[in-house]
Amino acid sequence: MLTTIKVNGTDYSVNLPGEVPLLWVLRDAVNLTGTKFGCGVGACGACTVHINGEAVRSCQVALGDVSGEVTTIEGHGAPDTMSVLQKAWVEHQVAQCGYCQSGQIMQAASLLAANLTPGDVEIDDAMSGNLCRCGTYPRIRAAIHSAAKSMHEG
Amino acid sequence: MGRFKTIARRTFLVGSVAVAGGVAFGAWQVAKNPANPLSPEKGATLNPWLIIDGDGITIIVPRAEMGQGVQTTLAALVAEELDIELTQVKVDHGPPAQAYFNGAMSGGREYENSMEPPSSGWGTFMAQAVPKVMSMQITGGSTSTIDAFNKLRVAGASARQTLLQAAANKLGLTVQQLTTENGVVIAPNNSRISYADLAEDAALLEPPQKPQLKTPSQWRYLGKSQPRLDQVPKATGTAIYGIDVRVPDMLFATIRMSPRFGAGIDTIDTSEAEKMTGVEKVVIWENGFGVIASNTWLAFRAAEAVEVEWGPTTYPTDTQAVFRSIEAGFEDKPNVALQDQGDVEAVLKGDDVIDLEYRAPFLAHATMEPMNATAFYTKDHLELWVGNQAPILIRDFCADAVGLDKDQVTLNTTLMGGGFGRRSMVDFAVPAARLAKEMPGRAVQVTWSREEDMRHDWYRPGAICRYRAKLKSGRIEALYGRMSSPSPLAPVIRMSTGINMSPTDPTITEGSHDQPYAIENFKVVGYAPDVGIPVGFWRSVGGSQNGFFHESMIDELAYAANADPLNFRLNHIRSKHLPATKVLEKVGQMSNWTNKTPAGVGRGVAHVWSFGTSVAQVIEVRDEDGLIRITDIWIAADLGLVLDPVNVEAQMIGGAIFGLSAAMHGEITFSGGEVEQGNFPDYDGLRMLNTPRFEVSLLQNNIRMGGAGEPGTPPAAPALANALFDLTGKRARELPLSSMFNFVT
Repeated sequence: MLTTIKVNGTDYSVNLPGEVPLLWVLRDAVNLTGTKFGCGVGACGACTVHINGEAVRSCQVALGDVSGEVTTIEGHGAPDTMSVLQKAWVEHQVAQCGYCQSGQIMQAASLLAANLTPGDVEIDDAMSGNLCRCGTYPRIRAAIHSAAKSMHEG
Repeated sequence: MGRFKTIARRTFLVGSVAVAGGVAFGAWQVAKNPANPLSPEKGATLNPWLIIDGDGITIIVPRAEMGQGVQTTLAALVAEELDIELTQVKVDHGPPAQAYFNGAMSGGREYENSMEPPSSGWGTFMAQAVPKVMSMQITGGSTSTIDAFNKLRVAGASARQTLLQAAANKLGLTVQQLTTENGVVIAPNNSRISYADLAEDAALLEPPQKPQLKTPSQWRYLGKSQPRLDQVPKATGTAIYGIDVRVPDMLFATIRMSPRFGAGIDTIDTSEAEKMTGVEKVVIWENGFGVIASNTWLAFRAAEAVEVEWGPTTYPTDTQAVFRSIEAGFEDKPNVALQDQGDVEAVLKGDDVIDLEYRAPFLAHATMEPMNATAFYTKDHLELWVGNQAPILIRDFCADAVGLDKDQVTLNTTLMGGGFGRRSMVDFAVPAARLAKEMPGRAVQVTWSREEDMRHDWYRPGAICRYRAKLKSGRIEALYGRMSSPSPLAPVIRMSTGINMSPTDPTITEGSHDQPYAIENFKVVGYAPDVGIPVGFWRSVGGSQNGFFHESMIDELAYAANADPLNFRLNHIRSKHLPATKVLEKVGQMSNWTNKTPAGVGRGVAHVWSFGTSVAQVIEVRDEDGLIRITDIWIAADLGLVLDPVNVEAQMIGGAIFGLSAAMHGEITFSGGEVEQGNFPDYDGLRMLNTPRFEVSLLQNNIRMGGAGEPGTPPAAPALANALFDLTGKRARELPLSSMFNFVT
């Protein structure tokens, strides 16, 4: 069955059953591998993408239920067009293994879209669904604060 | 696709040249100058760590980049001496090759006389049981920087010398008349020749074996934090991990191995699975099966649809029975005895002997990126893409699995979404090779589900520790520790030598026998019962449980002596070890340690020497309406010379979070011979909301370089348990702590 989804502004037609999670459509059919598989049960946040600007766990959204435009980390900002948030990530040298960071950034982007002056508690609440086994949380928090500051002031 | 592939296909070939470097561990070096495995088609290789061509400079960092920043730090060693712009270099893991052996893996890390080859422990063992130290291209033991420190600087300096000589020959000048600057040789008349234009000539020259190295005061990169080369790719989703490898027309697969370790299949019915959308093939093995499909998720679904009855286990089936086997280990002959001062048996008599038992559970690695590998098979060649810590083993095992010679295998090592020791095994690569052989001419990527990953780990062994001790005048008069746990070294030896043996395994007691405490009567022995559960190296290895045992026991003795636990430690350490003394004093200052805490607040301290590094931590906990929150951690560490402070700080914080995650929640248990946990809801780590504030200080009293990746982990569990005792008066002698305390989650 052919289904069309819009990802990062481009339409893709994929021949997969409607029950296939968006995560696996993105990774294995559309070849956008920046979105990561971590748990498959919505418990780690590595697969976080935006649908119509809202952060969702793409392992929990079936292809047939995708009802809007999808933005992945590749659409959020490329190496030569990095977002303020991505630049803050680089500036703070957040990533260690880096595997969870696409999801962390997409989650943080969704937080900052709603709240440009988040406090520590609001950041903790928004980000605690995203697991990082390397333990980069202190730098993630610092990067979000500094991105918020430059977006707020900028 | 790994960059090495591109390099190999497109640019290599000036043939072998003599190798510079390899001088770091002269006395232990088994053979000199292994062949340069690089052979570019264009440009040139001046040694195994360097390729220069028209596209730029590629530094081969033959150690697994699994988050510790090794690619940047090791590249900086070459760049420093070669005089090039670090941010402009390309870095690649390179091929499996003897030239990339890890010399530091064979060295012991005793805290005294550590400039000398070790007389016991790793050194002796490795020298005896693994005579081919040369093929140990392994990332582990927090050794990468120590091994590379001289080798890669010599590689850079020697290459720079040959480039200068090539320029001198070309210009009819002497080397002394020339200088270099950021990849360019400059002549007295200010004319400039780039390294790329000199590389092919330079490759034909004999490189100096002992080039002059810069002094630390001349360093431009080393000792200063460098922007990590992997940050932009990792912030933009463009970094390629093993699971991201894409090859045209590839297939996606998964495997399901017996949840009872090693047990075979009693009955299997694959008919439903074979009919499912996208399924290409189901392949049945002796103790598991693989499903090849057009999409990973379709493969997962089909694997669930296979009806299978697994055979019985040959080992204890539940957690209690497993621990009874570990307990029975104490009845065996000791496996390892590396500490024996004075006469503990004579002193440890009478009513005032303190006799305590501690336990630690099995633990999974749970890397964020589940196990995976990609393979492409044709009848006379196998190409692999695997994030791994032991490339030579991966290549050889995969070659064997498909009946090819190892020379017919190309291995591309990708970035790793975490390693923590898990990716030093080969079990996640071999099934990809086997499934690819079923589909000649098409690449097959095998991804494990999270459940498969958690239930088929090489676990941090469960362990039991029994301490007997006696105090006299406020000091420890005698301490006798006995630890029993399955040996994580045994499976590695079995894998790399094919010999089923029970090696002496220093990791069973490391973190206890090697601690710098002046105790007149001090003995530690280890027992290694084989309980049939697969075990392996888990970040900080023996230190992960023995650090908890030893530093909890020390805390209990301090309490029994009615002493300040920080001063009590210092009183036993001062005469023994300067770095340990200084990190304890420092962490006391950082935390304003007073040994007094108000109601509702608890503090604990711990110090563990591991991998050549002293780390002291103070942890503060608070009671928040009946739930306990870790609020602050102060860390003082001494790994001697620090090459990149910002990166080492990240390792210290990350190591502590890894240790705290396990201490609070980590536990792998067994029922019916199967692991009970399957996914993060059952085996969680710290999240942002329960991550404390951190403050890190790096001291440099240590005369040798210590490791960075692992030493942050061992003190975390005991410092937390000691803080919880201070808060509640309850002493935890078993992990995880969540079985006794309610934490904020």
